[in-house]
Amino acid sequence: MQNKYPSKLQNIVDELSFFTDQNDKISLLIDYAEKYKPVPEVIATRPFSDEHKVEYCESEAYVWVKQNNDGTIKLYFAIENPQGVSAKALAAILDEGLSGETSETILGVSTDVVFDLFGQKLSMGKNLGLTGILQLVQREIKKVK
Amino acid sequence: MSDISSRGYINSDVLVSTDWVAENLSNENIRIVESNEDPLLYPSGHIPGAVQIDWTTDLNDQLIRDYLQKDGFENLLRKNGISENTTVVFYGDKNNWWACYAFWVFQLFGFTNAKIMDGGRLKWVNENRDLTKDVPKYSESDYKAPNRDDDKVRAFRDEVLGHVQTGLPLVDVRSPQEFTGERLHMPDYPNEGALRGGHIPGAVNVPWATAINTEDSTFKTADELKNIYEVEQHLQPEDDIIAYCRIGERSSHTWFVLTYLLGYKNVKNYDGSWTEWGNLVGVPIAK
Repeated sequence: MQNKYPSKLQNIVDELSFFTDQNDKISLLIDYAEKYKPVPEVIATRPFSDEHKVEYCESEAYVWVKQNNDGTIKLYFAIENPQGVSAKALAAILDEGLSGETSETILGVSTDVVFDLFGQKLSMGKNLGLTGILQLVQREIKKVK
Repeated sequence: MSDISSRGYINSDVLVSTDWVAENLSNENIRIVESNEDPLLYPSGHIPGAVQIDWTTDLNDQLIRDYLQKDGFENLLRKNGISENTTVVFYGDKNNWWACYAFWVFQLFGFTNAKIMDGGRLKWVNENRDLTKDVPKYSESDYKAPNRDDDKVRAFRDEVLGHVQTGLPLVDVRSPQEFTGERLHMPDYPNEGALRGGHIPGAVNVPWATAINTEDSTFKTADELKNIYEVEQHLQPEDDIIAYCRIGERSSHTWFVLTYLLGYKNVKNYDGSWTEWGNLVGVPIAK
């Protein structure tokens, strides 16, 4: 079967869908949230520009996109709300799953990934905020292309 | 932050401090309940002994856009070891936004033995108090729920339309951009599930978090709250008021502030809110 997502991101989606117990899924997502690292100072410093802020995301999420010398993309995130565990998990997953891919590949990732990772339990506001993170990644990539 | 009892609230005993919760962690007559928007927060660490009540899976019917009925509510409280005499203390993320929502749903069943922890989850965390990933197990209670009674605190669309036609006050607690309708027209962003942008005619706009001190997430004093709702927006304690937002969760926070902290007698939460009104055929909106 053809993968729905780029391979590293697909691996994470598969890893999560392997668990049938919701609590196991949640603890894996929390592991990712604990791996989240904020944007380094060489890329951006506080106060972050509103240009990089994700609308609708209550977790005060910011996104930066840099092009590597080989043309691939590196993603950076800042989740300023210390309670934004889901946003931190998504940031860590997108970095692990998409950094190193090309612009075209990342632009082709469907926002369905938010549901595939977190399940259908998300509230509408949360869904908008998390899909907003991926959408801002994609808008920022269009700027650097 | 001032002492809760000195802030001039009409019902100051509906709020408890983080200190009070810390002192009552092993009190068997008290059940601490965490309610969040973010489903990962409680499992990532919570107040020792606290149970979680999730607004989507626990409080809402899964097939009808409605809340639990008597049996569902009874089961929910029983399995969390809550009896009629248990004091339930809610806390959560986002300045207690979801905690107030759960508190409001509990009032549909007349569960008045309920309180909110001032400052919510963030205040507890910022004070470096204990958190645990252990999920407690309580023995089942024999709680018996009454039938749900929507009359007192919940408004439905026909009542809201009558309210608008009579010229009675409403509070729209969404952001100013949602109030004016600007947010449905931004490029590259999903809209918020309503066909039209704007607000219900006659509504004043007081974003819900205006009632909160940004530095520590506690509620503002009664005088500060009166200034916001009464001096600036001309609402009065005896007014018949309907609060709404997008789906009725943020507005349950404002309902809590007006009803308990300021002692208003006739405040209802319209949980259909803008996702219903903004799509409803035959009703007016304002921009």
